[in-house]
Amino acid sequence: MSSAAAPEINKQTKETVAALGEKYKYGFVTDIEMTRAPKGLSEDTVRYISAAKNEPDWMLEWRLAAYRRWVQMKEPDWARVHYPRIDYQNAYYYAAPKNTPLKKSLDEVDPKLLETYNKLGIPLNEQMALAGVAVDAVFDSVSVATTFTDKLNEAGVIFCPISEAIRDYPDMVRKYLGTVVPVSDNFFATLNSAVFSDGTFVYVPKGVRCPMELSTYFRINASETGQFERTLIVAEEGSYVSYLEGCTAPKRDENQLHAAVVELVALEAAEIKYSTVQNWYPGDENGLGGIYNFVTKRGDCRGDRSKISWTQVETGSAITWKYPSCILRGDDSVGEFYSIAIANHYQQADTGTKMIHLGKNTRSRIISKGISAGRAQNTYRGLVSVHARAENARNFTQCDSLLMGGQCGAHTVPYIESRNSSARIEHEATTSKIAEDQLFYCQARGLGAEEAVALIVNGFCKEVLQQLPMEFAVEAQKLVGISLEGSVG
Amino acid sequence: MLEIKNLHVSIGGKEILKGLNLSITAGQVHAIMGPNGSGKSTLSYVLAGRAGYDITQGSITYNGEDLGALPPEARAAKGVFLAMQYPVEIPGVTTMMFLKSALNAQRRARGESELDAIGVLKTVRRKAAALNVSEEMLKRALNVGFSGGEKKRLEILQMSLFEPKLAILDETDSGLDIDALKLVAEGVNALRDPARAMLVITHYQRLLDYIVPDRIHVLAGGRIVAEGGKELALELEAKGYDQIVKDAA
Ligand SMILES: Nc1ncnc2c1ncn2[C@@H]1O[C@H](COP(=O)(O)OP(=O)(O)OP(=O)(O)O)[C@@H](O)[C@H]1O
Ligand SMILES: [Mg+2]
Repeated sequence: MSSAAAPEINKQTKETVAALGEKYKYGFVTDIEMTRAPKGLSEDTVRYISAAKNEPDWMLEWRLAAYRRWVQMKEPDWARVHYPRIDYQNAYYYAAPKNTPLKKSLDEVDPKLLETYNKLGIPLNEQMALAGVAVDAVFDSVSVATTFTDKLNEAGVIFCPISEAIRDYPDMVRKYLGTVVPVSDNFFATLNSAVFSDGTFVYVPKGVRCPMELSTYFRINASETGQFERTLIVAEEGSYVSYLEGCTAPKRDENQLHAAVVELVALEAAEIKYSTVQNWYPGDENGLGGIYNFVTKRGDCRGDRSKISWTQVETGSAITWKYPSCILRGDDSVGEFYSIAIANHYQQADTGTKMIHLGKNTRSRIISKGISAGRAQNTYRGLVSVHARAENARNFTQCDSLLMGGQCGAHTVPYIESRNSSARIEHEATTSKIAEDQLFYCQARGLGAEEAVALIVNGFCKEVLQQLPMEFAVEAQKLVGISLEGSVG
Repeated sequence: MLEIKNLHVSIGGKEILKGLNLSITAGQVHAIMGPNGSGKSTLSYVLAGRAGYDITQGSITYNGEDLGALPPEARAAKGVFLAMQYPVEIPGVTTMMFLKSALNAQRRARGESELDAIGVLKTVRRKAAALNVSEEMLKRALNVGFSGGEKKRLEILQMSLFEPKLAILDETDSGLDIDALKLVAEGVNALRDPARAMLVITHYQRLLDYIVPDRIHVLAGGRIVAEGGKELALELEAKGYDQIVKDAA
């Protein structure tokens, strides 16, 4: 999101990389005292978190019910990802920067934190001024800076940490929380329900077009602290909101678990656009370290003519397990999934979407671009399901894979279920390599090998990049280049 | 400016160029003619630095520097330009975006300041108009779905944009209609300059009516077998390569 030009970023990257002796740009740790819940997971941990958040009783009960459910569940193993067993008792489930109650203005924020953001190239001040983006910056588990609230207040839009929403708008949260991703949905979602630390709540009232893009930066900072973000976005009848989520994390040797849950609810004729640029630490060139990212994201097109659109650029994490989905419940509702997944070195990505057609004339569109380099494994896993009542459902799916080098893998696993003969489902898939003549052509015109690869890959991803809001698209393009550094000899 | 001495080049172990000598001084335009498969494109790729074209013997000196040691992008930044016989398609990358990235990459490598989007746009538009390259083409993905002639015109547009010191044109005239041929020739002639050298590879004497060369070399079997002034093209047209090669032997 910074205004710096690409070459400047590239130069910075190279310098940082040189300094660290690493390929990862954002590998630094902020030295701020942390308050932690005791290690391990038990009912006491859940109570600790709930108490630390000053939560009402109903919330604690909700969490405890999830916890009791979770201890009976088994970790899923169907995805094409491999990792050592996670010892859930050997992790911390809650960490908050010490002495940081909620701040209303940037002046009150710890300068060290701001410095961290600056290193990440997301100076809040600049962003506020330049991009007109409201930023709710999540540092580890507690939100420390919320901006642009006035303008949003005027429009009646609520955009706040979910911990705050639980206290200030309990009825709204109770009405929608867990209605899209039920507490018992899956192992990781249930875990999240028990121990979620913080996250974001967005509410857009009837007929309101949210006056700005809403943006949250997540950042994992404390060693061995699992991150359990919880996001809930509700768009009332005829409203519109675009939400941007961007992530970077500092370098760590231990693998870090991340299990977020995102729930979107679009009522009649409402539209939600949810964009993600995910750039968590992917591990080093030898596959050491990196984030385990097990996310449950689901949108419910609850009203007729509603629309939910997911756009994701996944370049980070050692393991990505993520299937942003749409339940097309309302008649004439529309679901979209645009994805770029880049896996380099030893990264493993198993990602895709589910489009569940329940209503009549529902339409879905899936565009997936997978890029694999090094020894990475990249799987697209998608489900298109048309239920009996879904007359005239339409789906178009396009899965393109790009391979760089001979040691990586690309896999496409489409599942199609149709119980209505009027459904029309189209699926296209391609696999290609960057041709030597393309590389040479670019180089002969002056582009360095890495720059040429970045350009060609960005071209390959164009249909998805186009879906991103402007400022995000610029950052995403840079990330594509950075993620593939070292992938050409 | 360019001095090629006893150049031997192999592709995958197969020798294609077998002791080629050629030298061009600044301000000159040289033409290379020769039968299919004689090694013309191979020579052009070697000059531009394509991987897989191994120099097994001999040397290429460009402005006193060993060109063989430089990667292609460094050669481009130093002013070597190759208009390719078969321009390559790059899906999803608009022509304008490509031109801007390439131009700025070259400028960066030379330690010059980069041009902003508007600056590039203005320059490109001006040069494009002269070559009849439409605005619409500049917005399309690079070379994707371009006709043969459109691709060639875009190559010349790049030449005129990058203002190289050594321009190599590999059969830029093939596939061009008469009008386009004239436009391209005008573009090339406009770049003729005492500080610039050009190497024009062609099969047709017709092009040389428009771009009059200082010297013509005939390449056959990986070697220069005949050389002469512009009248050699006419002789070739009359006798054919077989005879010229025999005469030379
Ligand atoms: N990658 C390759 N592997 C093996 N042989 C090759 C390769 N590339 C070129 N050659 C061979 O090298 C020889 C010279 O090819 P080159 O393309 O340089 O010819 P040319 O003079 O440009 O011909 P044309 O007039 O048809 O363009 C040909 O015999 C060709 O088959
Ligand atoms: Mg040729």
